[in-house]
Amino acid sequence: MSKFLRSATALVFIATLTGPAFAGEFGLGREATPDEVAAWDIDVRPDGQGLPEGAGTVAEGDEIFAERCAACHGDFGEGVDRWPVLAGGQGTLQDERPVKTIGSYWPYLSTVYDYVNRAMPFGESRSLTPDEVYAITAYLLYVNDIVDDEEFELSKANFTSVRLPNEDNFFFDPRPATPIFQKSKACMENCKPAVKVTSRARILDVTPEEESTGIE
Amino acid sequence: MSPAFFTFKKKNVMICSIFKPLEKWSQLQGEASVLKNQKNNRKILSATGKHTSNIATSPSRRNFLRASAASTLALGTGMLASRSAAASGDPAILELQDWNQYLGEGVDARPYGTPSPFEERVVRRNVAWLTADPVSSVNFTPLHELDGIITPNGLCFERHHAGIAEVDPAQHRLMIHGMVDKPLVFTMEELKRFPRENHAYFLECAANSGMEWRGSQLNGCQFTHGMVHNVMYTGVKLSHLLNEAGVKSKGKWILPEGADSSHMTRSIPLEKAMEDCIVAFAMNGEALRPEQGYPVRLVVPGWEGNMWVKWLRRIEIGDEPWQHREETSKYTDLMANGEARRFTWVMDAKSVITNPSPQAPLMHDKGQTVLTGVAWSGRGTIARVDVSLDGGRNWHKARIDGPSLDKSLHRFYFDFDWDGRPLLLQSRAIDSTGYIQPTKSELRAVRGENSIYHNNGIQTWHVKGPGEVENVEVS
Repeated sequence: MSKFLRSATALVFIATLTGPAFAGEFGLGREATPDEVAAWDIDVRPDGQGLPEGAGTVAEGDEIFAERCAACHGDFGEGVDRWPVLAGGQGTLQDERPVKTIGSYWPYLSTVYDYVNRAMPFGESRSLTPDEVYAITAYLLYVNDIVDDEEFELSKANFTSVRLPNEDNFFFDPRPATPIFQKSKACMENCKPAVKVTSRARILDVTPEEESTGIE
Repeated sequence: MSPAFFTFKKKNVMICSIFKPLEKWSQLQGEASVLKNQKNNRKILSATGKHTSNIATSPSRRNFLRASAASTLALGTGMLASRSAAASGDPAILELQDWNQYLGEGVDARPYGTPSPFEERVVRRNVAWLTADPVSSVNFTPLHELDGIITPNGLCFERHHAGIAEVDPAQHRLMIHGMVDKPLVFTMEELKRFPRENHAYFLECAANSGMEWRGSQLNGCQFTHGMVHNVMYTGVKLSHLLNEAGVKSKGKWILPEGADSSHMTRSIPLEKAMEDCIVAFAMNGEALRPEQGYPVRLVVPGWEGNMWVKWLRRIEIGDEPWQHREETSKYTDLMANGEARRFTWVMDAKSVITNPSPQAPLMHDKGQTVLTGVAWSGRGTIARVDVSLDGGRNWHKARIDGPSLDKSLHRFYFDFDWDGRPLLLQSRAIDSTGYIQPTKSELRAVRGENSIYHNNGIQTWHVKGPGEVENVEVS
């Protein structure tokens, strides 16, 4: 097709899509087609809204995880270097160094499906099929000891029956009903008897060196 | 011919005549190229010579000492090189500088201007050990190098989850769908046809100062407080777009989504979306930078920076929050008892002294001293900032200067006569709701040490003397 014809076709296409103005105050924008909405509407909610048809087992997920995920997250979700740890950590949330994983911290399984489907694998998002995402999600339940059968199959049908253990430990932001907001006077003089230094950054020495950027 | 055009032409002629007669243009250009060659040689000299060693000093104590030695050396050399050896005084005055004598670059040399080479140290910096990969990471605004309330576009801290998306605006669309009368698609051109607004707002990452929960860790306000910036946005009200699609009465939440590879999403209550959110395409008068979501981002005034979705391509309306990764696994505040706060959207009042600070120590001895910093609140304006020189024992009212705008950075100063003795500097912001910025101890009493997010505790800098400041905590 000639360049001219191609652009002429494109113009006709755009003109068709633009269509007449709507009832909105400004009459701007055009109606999205059902296919366009379907192409972008990928979000999943805890009540299962947004889940596509599909299914995958722990065993299938194990294979896909090893190939697509383990380079960063480790074979069992233990995490490589500083990449996120996905499994373990149950019972550590009150520790000095809590380990926040899908099993120990995340409140909803739908978040796992949604995030894997939306943003993973890192650098190649939107490349997994729904069956693969179900399988990876099933495998992540398995490595977190939430299911113990390698043949367990996660699907659209049984998805919302699976609950994560930490769901009940989240509460809505209580601010401003916290003690900090009750303080109404700012002391100006002799606010404390003596001042001692209790912590120093230099002891840790983790500040990046200010490399010379001056002109040589 | 219109009078306006005539005036313009006349002005044009005048401009030419101020310089050289037109017939001498070719000759002039010949001269210019010779001068340019000479100047280029000299330019290299001026960029590498003694002036540099005087000005471009790094602020560590070691560098400070080295710089003092260098300037003594430069002074000596200058006096030797001076034509009038008998003249006494500052060589910066007694000697002819290159820029006093030779021509500079023309107007075509810098079509998009950049800062002076003497400001090369003023850059965003990252802390490599914080994250696994610079593509999903953060860098920090050099607060200690800035003044006023506006952050220059190239210095606004960056936080990406999948790198900087380079979006072609002609291929960018914004879709609004879900619980609406009519799902709509807008092109960038259509977005810009809505009535526009301009607002300066701060954007603070909820994890700003997050590395300091367990104690002083990073030596510099760039690293402790640099996940904040403040720019003037131009955009259109989100409510205009939502009304255009017609939100159904059951619609209570919106889910903005980005076009980058992370497809960032956050659930935002419809009430906030209709109140003051903006779909912005410009910052500080020019198109958004790619790092900040070019061609279009969401602006959520006063709320966590993570919600200000960049490369905004889709907004869904629903009746429930989506509980996505960035509002469950992340951006929830773990308390000491193992429970976690969620939907902690508002950024509480906070302040920090930017100068002096570890990267910008006082370089002079006792005497007249400028202390300055920034303060902000997600709940309104800053009513007052107090400053302490003795670790919070006694406080003095600082002077707020420049515009005091809603949910925007405020600039404060405290001018005082320093006696040269060590100082324990603190600043304390009080916002228009009467909220008083807490001490770190007050904050830990409520929140424990594992919150990561929303650390707005009072920062202490230990000024040990000229040239040295450390990040500390005090009793």
